Amino acid sequence: MLTLTSPVDTPLHHLPAGAKLAALAATTLALFATHSTVLLAAALTLIAALHLIGGPRFAAHGARMLTPLWPFVAVVALWHLWAGQAQQGGTIVLRMLAAVAAANLVTVTTRLSDMMTVLERLARPLSPILPPRRLALAIALVIRFIPVLSERMALLAQAFRARSPRRSGWRLLAPAALAALDDADHVADALRARGGVG
Amino acid sequence: MERSLTHIALFAALIAVLGLVPRLDLATGVPVTAQSLGIMLCGTVLGAKRGALAVLLFLLLVALGLPLLSGGRGGLGVFVGPTVGFLIGFPIAAFVAGWVMERTTLAPVWAAGAGAVIGGIGVLYPFGILGMSVVLDKTLPEAALLALVFLPGDILKAALAGLVTQAIARARPAALLSRA
Repeated sequence: MLTLTSPVDTPLHHLPAGAKLAALAATTLALFATHSTVLLAAALTLIAALHLIGGPRFAAHGARMLTPLWPFVAVVALWHLWAGQAQQGGTIVLRMLAAVAAANLVTVTTRLSDMMTVLERLARPLSPILPPRRLALAIALVIRFIPVLSERMALLAQAFRARSPRRSGWRLLAPAALAALDDADHVADALRARGGVG
Repeated sequence: MERSLTHIALFAALIAVLGLVPRLDLATGVPVTAQSLGIMLCGTVLGAKRGALAVLLFLLLVALGLPLLSGGRGGLGVFVGPTVGFLIGFPIAAFVAGWVMERTTLAPVWAAGAGAVIGGIGVLYPFGILGMSVVLDKTLPEAALLALVFLPGDILKAALAGLVTQAIARARPAALLSRA
């Protein structure tokens, strides 16, 4: 896994993360404010061109990230063709593709550490109720424990298969949740033994 | 304090892991993963406040660019896509599921099942439907029709949330923070 940041280095990777996020917010608002098919098509073309800066492999990856949208594109297309409002349908599809592609572009060109820096800056006003160190610790714990829990699930599945010819189905869910609860208790003890979360 | 923090973090991780579990396809061909079950469990096991915080932490990591949503989706794109309403509704669904669990004295299996139905369907769907109607420019009834495909899977998952919560209540009564 573990992040969506593209290993293909592009000039966009070197722009400041805060600026990219601000530009994305402005782009998204503009996309949802306009109803002109021509403008939306131009925006989508521009976003596609930005993808092509990173080369064909980078652009192909960007296109693949839009795959989950195809069912929605199909539904909207069928709906509006059947209702005889092809242009309205085109507007909706173009806007959706442009908005998602623009947001994905920021995600794949921004490293997790840069995103974290922006998050820390944004979360500073919240520091009286949410100390930044505690938030950082929580994020680190999640990232660390996804592979641990994932492995635990795989072990449970193996143990089940060794004992039963049936599919495990939902039977592993309770042991998996119990494992998470037990780990949470152990980690809490370990943190407390080392001086707490502060 | 430490215990709250680690429970929130570990359940955020659990939501992610449940999204990776091999998915099964319903008879209708709609893919079902255990991810929304993870959302329901956050509420029914951790309680309203911690459950909602665990879901928020999970969504924060998705926004930061980790591919943790089912099907390996993630990043900022999902927050402007057609399913954004469901994402916004997730923490509220967990909160309501936890609230039902905390405020009733029913046996865990019934309280959790009811909480999962009320939170994970009754509260979540209006958000999801509103999101689809905005992004896809459809009226609310039209968007509701699109959301219906997920309903059989979510009813099944609410029942599972009840059973799993009951199993936890039996194995580790003290760990069921929603009833602590």
